[in-house]
Amino acid sequence: MKGLIIQHWQVIRLTFQRLMHTPIASLLNILVIGIALSLPMGGYVLLKNLQSVAGQVAGPPQISVFLALDTSQAEIDRISKQLKEHAAVDRIEFVPRDLALKQLQQSTGLEDVVGGLARNPLPDAFIVYPVAMDVQKLELLRDDLKSWPHFEHVQLDSSWARKLESILRFGRLAVGILAAMLSFALIAITFNTIRLQILTRREEIEVSKLIGATNGFIRRPFLYYGFLQGLLGGIAAWLIIALSLALLNYSLVGLAQLYGSSFSLSHLSFGDSLTLLVFSAYLGWLGAWLSVSQHLWQIEPR
Amino acid sequence: MLKRISRWTQHSLYKKLIVKMIKFNQVYKRYPGGHEALRNLSFEIAEGEMVFLTGHSGAGKSTLLKLIAAIERPNGGSVIVKGQNTKSLKSAALPYLRRNLGLIFQDHKLLFDRNAFDNVLLPLQICGYDHRESAKRVRAALDKVGLLKREKANPIALSGGEQQRLCIARAIVNRPSILLADEPTGNLDAEYSEEIMHIFKSFHQVGVTLVVSTHDEGILRRFPARALHLKQGELQP
Repeated sequence: MKGLIIQHWQVIRLTFQRLMHTPIASLLNILVIGIALSLPMGGYVLLKNLQSVAGQVAGPPQISVFLALDTSQAEIDRISKQLKEHAAVDRIEFVPRDLALKQLQQSTGLEDVVGGLARNPLPDAFIVYPVAMDVQKLELLRDDLKSWPHFEHVQLDSSWARKLESILRFGRLAVGILAAMLSFALIAITFNTIRLQILTRREEIEVSKLIGATNGFIRRPFLYYGFLQGLLGGIAAWLIIALSLALLNYSLVGLAQLYGSSFSLSHLSFGDSLTLLVFSAYLGWLGAWLSVSQHLWQIEPR
Repeated sequence: MLKRISRWTQHSLYKKLIVKMIKFNQVYKRYPGGHEALRNLSFEIAEGEMVFLTGHSGAGKSTLLKLIAAIERPNGGSVIVKGQNTKSLKSAALPYLRRNLGLIFQDHKLLFDRNAFDNVLLPLQICGYDHRESAKRVRAALDKVGLLKREKANPIALSGGEQQRLCIARAIVNRPSILLADEPTGNLDAEYSEEIMHIFKSFHQVGVTLVVSTHDEGILRRFPARALHLKQGELQP
């Protein structure tokens, strides 16, 4: 047990030494991995920011219900009560037809035209604020309301939400594809680095096998190297993202002021950062493992 | 007294008591392509014995040593080293067999990316010794072959004889019970090979089993020991 710990510690030191032995090559490898990882991860951060911004700007969703023109006051009261009791409804607001007309006059500036109308063409309306925020539940509520008597027209102001949702879905898919492809690239980079290392250390491997090294002992430094390279690549990616966000935020300050808001991009959360590092280290390890299992058995002492 | 001991050593009971370190039983070795390197080889080497392996180059000396170290496996018959049949040995168990063996190569197989000290350290790293214990052992091994003052030198800066001695230091640092040396004096002049044979003799005296291959029959006259003579893959009487 103690021997094993000593061996692992020796290997970790050895791995650092090997990394430092070829500083430029190691640095370039780490940078390539960092850039490859920062693309999907940066996209993910932007998407997350976009989602939260959209939520802030658009306000809570609402469903407008227009009643039939011949609905009586008693029926309106009954509907109002029923809506309030509906489980999916948070609160409602009643807009009488006279008020609606007045608002129309004021907001559009078409006082003359509206004033010339013989009678009020607008119906009474309810504005329903639902409990749920996501598109599917909103649509379910709208369809439910459509079937109620006296409801002439039910309108869900969800087009923006739908558009945003589909844009986000598209973005997430794109980021996902990018991440998958670049993960393969990362594995390939490590695979090749380790392949070259195995070739240059052929003699050492041969001699080690001759004097009683287990396969685990021979494999270990390469696996650690892949792991370490992946981890450092992940750290590089994190730094690239942090730097880019800082730059973007700097230029966003001016833009946000023009819109009278104090908006800034938020950075990767702690959990996301941890995921990034674990994932990149794992991919590095995996690439090294694949390479070692592919190449090591070919080197047998003769 | 001496007579009685010698009579006793010829007694069959005594022969059964001696532990067999290496045992070849009707061993055949063919290489791909049909070349038959060893034919019907049977012999035993007891614990603590020193055996010379003689014959011209191509007689099968290296192949025989490779069979003992399980670098090659026999095509027929069995090779038993320390009670283990190398043919049925699982590849996971192979490293642990090799840790009992000290291998000395004609071409040294030293690593030029590290100094003499680290070359000798490698077997101990493989076995997972801690640093202080390893350093002690490495220096003891280097001292034994007279290279203590060259521990910082890169092997490439050492002479042929020194490289061979460094190879020996690496082979013995793990205190193996069997030493296998393939033409250890092959490329050395008389003075150096004499030195190396004396080193081997000192290991023999502390009970290490030694198998040394050589094409130099003169060594046998200077260091009398049992000899196995190979000719075209067969054991000569």
